[in-house]
Amino acid sequence: MIDPVSIPQLNKHFRLQWEEAQDCFVLLYPEGMVKLNESAGLILSCVDGVKTVEAIIAELSERFPQVEGIALDIEEFMTTASAQHWVAFS
Amino acid sequence: MTSPPATSPPLWLLAELTYRCPLQCPYCSNPVELASAGTELNTDDWFRVMQQARKMGAAQLGFSGGEPLVRQDLELLVAEARRLGFYSNLITSGVGLTGDRVGALREAGLDHIQISFQSTDSDISELLSGSRKAFAHKLAMAEAVKSAGYPMVLNFVLHRHNIDQIEQIIDLSHQLGADYVELANAQYHGWALLNRDDLMPTKEQLDRAEKITNAWREAHPDGMRLFFVVPDYYEERPKPCMNGWAKMFLAIAPDGLALPCHSARSLPLDFPNVRDHDISAIWNDSAAFNAYRGFDWMQEPCRSCPEKEQDFGGCRCQAFALTGDASQADPVCTKSDQRNQIDAALTAANCHNAVSATMQYRSWSASQNIIASTP
Repeated sequence: MIDPVSIPQLNKHFRLQWEEAQDCFVLLYPEGMVKLNESAGLILSCVDGVKTVEAIIAELSERFPQVEGIALDIEEFMTTASAQHWVAFS
Repeated sequence: MTSPPATSPPLWLLAELTYRCPLQCPYCSNPVELASAGTELNTDDWFRVMQQARKMGAAQLGFSGGEPLVRQDLELLVAEARRLGFYSNLITSGVGLTGDRVGALREAGLDHIQISFQSTDSDISELLSGSRKAFAHKLAMAEAVKSAGYPMVLNFVLHRHNIDQIEQIIDLSHQLGADYVELANAQYHGWALLNRDDLMPTKEQLDRAEKITNAWREAHPDGMRLFFVVPDYYEERPKPCMNGWAKMFLAIAPDGLALPCHSARSLPLDFPNVRDHDISAIWNDSAAFNAYRGFDWMQEPCRSCPEKEQDFGGCRCQAFALTGDASQADPVCTKSDQRNQIDAALTAANCHNAVSATMQYRSWSASQNIIASTP
């Protein structure tokens, strides 16, 4: 369970970067790269070590009002991102 | 006229800055003919290569060698890599590294330093690397890398003479605070192929090491990540080498030769040089880079094999080294009629124990002798 008031922060061993040639966000780490799908890229690019999960949900809900169940998508992604050690929560 | 891109872009650029190295590991992946390479690319050549590859979409950049630290312009190359948006990896023995240089490279924007170890004790280290002091220095540098805030990746090349130290290797990595540990058996190309009978672990050794590695992973689900790589000779199907020929990986040798993998110099192909062509032309249009793309080049049993899209017929360098024909199936595959060569090598390895007097250490003069004795 992800606590909505917790603050996700990108693991300092990963770098999030927009890649023009691949037309997507990628996560770069030692000798490896994860290509992120559009929603994962969008969510991770909101992770700045300041905003809470709640605030990220509010921000993306406002930007994409037509997307149903966006809060659940974000929580699910945060769970995955945590399991992959891409983000940690404080 | 420009032709349409033949395939996906190179995502991985390996810059082999030099073949010079203070160590002499007998499993080195450099070609045994390294002494025949031309002069090293200069700083501007490397800048140009990085710019062209980055423009095509390369995101990962490895600085390797030889020992890349012998290049005095390494910090400049790192800074340019950072400016271009590469994630940069320094793949080093740690020899030539100092606390100051760790800091300077960090300052220049280096993302990661991988230090390779020969073993967990200085005796085996010395036997394999030819240096008495290297081991203690590597330990000190691993600590410096960690405290500078880099992700810590350690690499142990495994073979018969150190694979039984697997517990100590894992313990040492854990004590040093590693994030990732590559427990990578030597792959039998280059110098390692020359010394195969002396290096290949036995089946029992391999099984034991894998079991201990798995047990550690289970006991530490959130601990450092252990990557265990077996020698492909013990597999029944070949590895999907480089994820397919010239599909995502581009290596540039110290003298500017462009290669689809760092072993490919051994193949009888006319590889283009970055001094003569730009990366896009090399990647998309050169005969050498197109030689084994797709499936049309395959012979049986690969051509009609339902698994060809998983393993791409295996490794071209291994096929050439063991069968004399780079378009044959990788003989690791049990469907290959040349599999008996792999089995014979394993039989030889399994009844061979001490380090023999015939072990050939990697050095410039050994390479010159090999070149001179090649008809």
